[in-house]
This record gives sequence, structure tokens and C-alpha cells, in this order.
Amino acid sequence: MTNRLSDTSTEMQSKRSLLDSKAIRYTVFALAGLFLLSTVQAIAGTSELTSSGTWAAAIRLAVPIMLAGLGGLFSERSGVVNIGLEGMMIAGTWFGAWAGWSWGPWTGVLFGVIGGAIFGLIHALATVTFAVDHIVSGVAINILAAGAMRFLSVVTYTVESGGGATQSPRIKDSIATFDVPLLSDAFNWIEDRAWFFISDVAGLLAGITTKMSWLTLVALLIVPLTWWALWRTAWGLRLRSCGENPYAAESLGVPVLRMKYYGVVLSGALAGLGGAYLVVVQAGIYREGMTAGRGFIGLASLIFGNWYPFGVAAGSSVFGYADALSLRQGTAVHALLLVAAIALAILAVLAFTRKKTTAGIVQGIAAALFLGWYLVTDSVATQVIAALPYLVTLLVLAMATQRLRMPAADGLRYRKGEAV
Amino acid sequence: MSVRKMLLSLLAPASAIVFALIVASIALMAVGRNPLDAFSSMWSFATTSTSVASMVNRAIPLYISAVAVAVGFQMGLFNIGVEGQYLIAALFAGWVGGNIAMWAPLHVTLIILVAVLVGAIWSGIAGYLKITRGVHEVISTIMLNFIAYSMIAYLLLNHFRDDPNKLNLQTPVLPESGWLPDLNFLFTMFGFDEPRGIALQGFLVIAIGVGVLYYMLVKRTRFGFELRASGMNPGAARMSGVAPKRMVLTTMLISGGVAGMVGLSTMFGNLHAYTQDFPRGYGFNGIAVALLGRNSAVGMALGALLFGFMDRSALILDLEDTPKEVVQIMQGVVVLAVVVAYEVVNRMIERREIKAAAEATRTADEREEVAA
Repeated sequence: MTNRLSDTSTEMQSKRSLLDSKAIRYTVFALAGLFLLSTVQAIAGTSELTSSGTWAAAIRLAVPIMLAGLGGLFSERSGVVNIGLEGMMIAGTWFGAWAGWSWGPWTGVLFGVIGGAIFGLIHALATVTFAVDHIVSGVAINILAAGAMRFLSVVTYTVESGGGATQSPRIKDSIATFDVPLLSDAFNWIEDRAWFFISDVAGLLAGITTKMSWLTLVALLIVPLTWWALWRTAWGLRLRSCGENPYAAESLGVPVLRMKYYGVVLSGALAGLGGAYLVVVQAGIYREGMTAGRGFIGLASLIFGNWYPFGVAAGSSVFGYADALSLRQGTAVHALLLVAAIALAILAVLAFTRKKTTAGIVQGIAAALFLGWYLVTDSVATQVIAALPYLVTLLVLAMATQRLRMPAADGLRYRKGEAV
Repeated sequence: MSVRKMLLSLLAPASAIVFALIVASIALMAVGRNPLDAFSSMWSFATTSTSVASMVNRAIPLYISAVAVAVGFQMGLFNIGVEGQYLIAALFAGWVGGNIAMWAPLHVTLIILVAVLVGAIWSGIAGYLKITRGVHEVISTIMLNFIAYSMIAYLLLNHFRDDPNKLNLQTPVLPESGWLPDLNFLFTMFGFDEPRGIALQGFLVIAIGVGVLYYMLVKRTRFGFELRASGMNPGAARMSGVAPKRMVLTTMLISGGVAGMVGLSTMFGNLHAYTQDFPRGYGFNGIAVALLGRNSAVGMALGALLFGFMDRSALILDLEDTPKEVVQIMQGVVVLAVVVAYEVVNRMIERREIKAAAEATRTADEREEVAA
């Protein structure tokens, strides 16, 4: 007994140090990435790669994707695949705009969350109560949500109100933004000095500390909150156990059906929040099709992030960053090719030192291809950027299936008391 | 299959349609319209020759899309990428077909072949990734859909464009040898009015052929048997010598090949080119139709016609100041309701069977007791 106790305590200790070293490692990675960006920036002669404006835009573009991804996380951790994220997000945009137009932005946010949650509830009803195939239900929800929102637009907005069948009137006001006192000014000042690397780090920090919307702050805080709820509470353990082995959970007295309902409804609520964010912070208006597949990119970031909240945040940041670059300065995207080439070359060298010859060769060839692409062309088509999240996800899936692990019972039908 | 079982399986789609009508009625009443008026005017509007032609035209791509999805469903493969497959196939088919002119039957065949090939290649990527890298086909086909959209936009703008000076962004218009004749003579042949301002598309013949081939493939060939066996019990199928990886790849290729033809009825009969506003959404609605028709060749045809009917008859609602978008709600509800209904009916059948089995063992036990 004592033996076992000491075992667990050392295990916990090693876990703690692992976490610390992980945190350090990721910081080092991030700094190295930033260093790479500033080097390329110096070579390519642009300043957009690391400017505070780019970072601020990247965050704004990443947040809706991230919220959808976190929504998917709750759902899939409870064992329900959610292809309906896109539809739930559409509901979020519509309700967010409608309530925002009627009562102001924060009410819009609230209604966006409710709108998404309603469709989450429908998904839960179909998949959990009636044990319908998760993908089928998700597809149906996407069709249903798009049609229902169109219907609501037609019956709600008149020409006089400034809206119509495909768009809403502009919402009242917008959500206030804030600068972090002192820090914002300091970072902006350093950024303006254009010191190699130091100004680039300051640019990133300035982007985070300047003119941030309060809703962005709320959204960013949801990431650690999700981690805490799922990995540090009994509720989270129960929810995750439903995604790993619902019958074992059932035998321990976990109310599996109810936990799955929590997961899926929360999923809809978060996707709805993502939709509301698009309306309230980005566009100020609802336009049909404004989600433009962001629910699916959220799903991609979930896979990219290996079903972890911080992974989702990292994945959506990458996609948001690429989006921001192409929006701000098309030529800056071209420099990304060089970034990709150098990064792949470094990976190839690392692979060779670890005696993984095939991986090294593949990565080396890819690096050469990107370098060639960079040298031969002088711009990247916007369509390539649009396809990037999907392409990257497909590549990650194809390259790293061994490292990715989705919840064991994710997508499987569960019926109470059917344990084999 | 007993009569009772057949009635039970008809119960599911029927109750789903009734449920969708109820939801639509509630939506219409909530905005102050009379649902009965709306439905009756939809019905009377949709039973003219012109409407029937339009309804069938709308049903053709949905049906082909449903068949493409159903091929995968037979073995539990979910090709959610029909949308991307048919769009990219239509783009290439339009581009190739618009750049050549030859003897009409050959021209049409070539266009179809290109579409089938491109569709199969696009779905084949997902199939290949599944068998070599274990990537789930749902995720890969979703990603491939979006990659296809971007690729289409890029190719259409930069390489496949008809004439940069023209306002319309589209591939070159097909020469007339690449068109299919309409089938309006069918109406007059059977003594109905000829449809006005609309042509019953000749691709209908090919769609029916696809349906027949699908039926034969699934029910009458060895491949079809192995397909269904893999779907019902993958373990048993593997043990009896079905190579699962080859099955996955072949099925994905067939599914994508069929998907490639989804956009062709529009191309042959209506637009004669791949245009920027080429109709979208058939891929996802095809999934709905496949579910509605339970993967059966005839059932899916009825489902496609039902969707075609809803789309067509919706047009009258606008003239009567009723939002026609209510039809989209009905379509969404019908899909969700039908899968739930099938699930409930299955449980009913299951319960009945368990009960019957229990009864049978009990009577057998009693008989033994009596004998003892």
C-alpha cells in the first residue's frame, strides 16, 4: 500500500516537472518561430509579418475559429462527433445580429450563445437520446440551420429596417476596446524602434495589449477555463470518461446521457458565441454565409490541436495568422513561403540527426520546393491562403496519425445498459 | 420481409414527412400565414406540366448525388465530399468539353468520362489517405471540399476562363455537339400539355441508367455482396476473404465517379458551361435524399422527386407573400426526422423480435414441462 502511494506521488511529481518543461519548451518554440519570422522579414523586406496590426488582426480572425474548435472539444470529449458546428455558428451569427440590432452588442452575444445552444440541443436529442449517427445528424443540422436562418431573416427584416433576406440591419453600438495601461504604450514604442527581433517580440505583445475588445478577452479566457473544467474538476473527468469508455463510466455511476447532453449543448453554445463574435466584433452586421466554413476550420483546429484546449488555440492561431496576413498585405504572404522552406529545412536536419532518413529526405525535398516556389514567383494567390487551413490539416492528419489521438469512444453510438 | 415489417419501414419516411409538415405549419402560423392555404397552392401549382418538368430537372442531380453517397453507405463509408467532387468534376468537364468539338455522341461521352474521372480522383485521395494513413474519410472529404472550392476559384480565374474581357467568369460554352436534347416530347406523347419555357433534361435517361446500374451492382454482383457484407459485419467479411482496404478504395472511387456526374444535367441541359454561379448544395442535399430513401434505388428516386417538388412548389409561395424559405426548413426537418424515425422503428422491430423469441422459448419450456 505504501509502495503504491509513493508510486503515485513520484508519478505526480514527474508530471508536474513534465508540465513545467513543456511550458518552457513551448515558449522556446514560440520565440524560435518569432525569430524565424523576423529573419525572413529582414530578407524579404516587409514589416507586416510581425507588426502589431497583423497580430491584432490574427487574434480577431482566430477567435471565432477557436471558439468553434473549443465547442467541438466539449462535444467530442463527451463522445459525440459534431459536424454541425458550422450550422450552430450560423445560428449564432443570426441571433447575435438580431438581438444586437434590437438591444445592443452584449445582448447580441447572449442570444448568439442561446441560438447556438438550441441547435446543440437538437444535435444532442438526435445523437444521444435517439442514437442517430453523429455525422448524419450534423449534416442535417447544417442544412436545417442555414434554411431556418434564411426563413427568420425573411420574416424579421423589412426593407425599411435596412435588412433583407440575406442580411440584417447594422447592430447598435459595438463592444468597447481597451489598452493595457503603460504596457501598450511601452510595447508600441519599442516596436516603432524597428530593432531586429526585439521590436518583433514587442509587436506581438503590443498586438495583444492594444485596442483589445472586451469580448476578445472573454473568448481568450475561455481557453484556460475549458482546460480547468475538463482536466481539473470531477465534472470534467466524468465528461471525458464518457468519451473514452461510456460503459465503464456507466458502471461507476456516471450519468452518461446527461454528461453527453452537457458536452453537446455547451458545444453549440461556444460555436454560437463564435458566430456572435463574428457579428459583434468583426462585421457589425449579419450576412448570409458570413461564417464561410469557419465551423469546419474549427473542427480542423480541434484535430490539429489533438483534442486539447491549448492545441485548439494554437491551431486556430496559425489559421488566423495566415488569414490576417492575406487580408493586410498580399505580398507578405509570399514571405511565408520562405518561412515554410526554412522551417522544413530545420526539421529535415533534425530528422537526419535522429537517423530518420526517409522523413528527412521528404522534408528536405519539401523545403527545396518551397524555396523554389518563393524564388520563382512573387505573389501567392489568395485562393491558396483560403485553402491553407484545410490543406495543412490534411497534411497533419496524413503525417502524424500516430501522434494524434481522438477520444476512444468518439463518434460511437451509445445506448444505456448495452455494455458487452 | 413480412408485410408488417414493410409497413413499419414505410412508417418512418411517412411520419418524418408529416412531422416536417407540422414544423413548417407552426413556422408559418407563427408569422401569421395559413399553412393549409400555402400547402394547397403549392400542390396545385406543382401539378402542371411545366412544374413537373422543373421538378424532375431538380430531382436529377439530387438523385445522382444520393446514389454516390449511398454506394459508400452500403459499407459504412461516409463520402461527405460529394459537394466538392461534383463541382471540380463539372469544372474540368466544362473546360475540356468547351475546348473541343466532335461527333455529338462521342463529345457527350467524353464530357461524362472526364467528369467521372475527375470525381473519382478527388474522392480517391480520401480513399487513399484512409487505407494508407488511417485518415477518417469524413474529415478528409470535408477538407477536400474546401480545397476544391479554392482550387476551382483559382483555376476558373487564372486558367480555365473563357475570355478575360467578358464580364461572366466561366469556362468556354460547349459547342452544340456537347448538348443533350430535351425530352419534352414525352409530355405530348402521353397527351399532356408541353411544358412552357422549360425543357425536361435529357440527362434524365442517364440518371435512370445510373439508378439501374446501382441496383444491379449492389444486389446482383459479387462486389455488391461483398460491399454489403463489409457494411453489416466488417469482421465476418474479412474472415470470408474480402480485402477491406481494396474495398474502401474501390468504393470511394465508385462513389466519387458517380458524384462527378451530379453537375452534368445542368451542364448539358441548361448552362452549357461551368459558371461562377454554378448550382451548389447538391452534395449535401444528396446525403439527405440518400437517408430519406434508405439507400434503395427506388426509395432515393422518390426522395429526390420529393425534394424537387418542394423546391419547385416553393416558387408559388413568394407570389402569395408567404416566405418560400419555409421549404428549406421542411427539408432540414425531414432529414433529421427520418433518421430518428428509422431509429425508433428499428427499436420497435427489435423489441417485437425479442418479445417473440421470449414467447417462443417460454412456450417451448412449457411444452417440455408438460411432456415431463
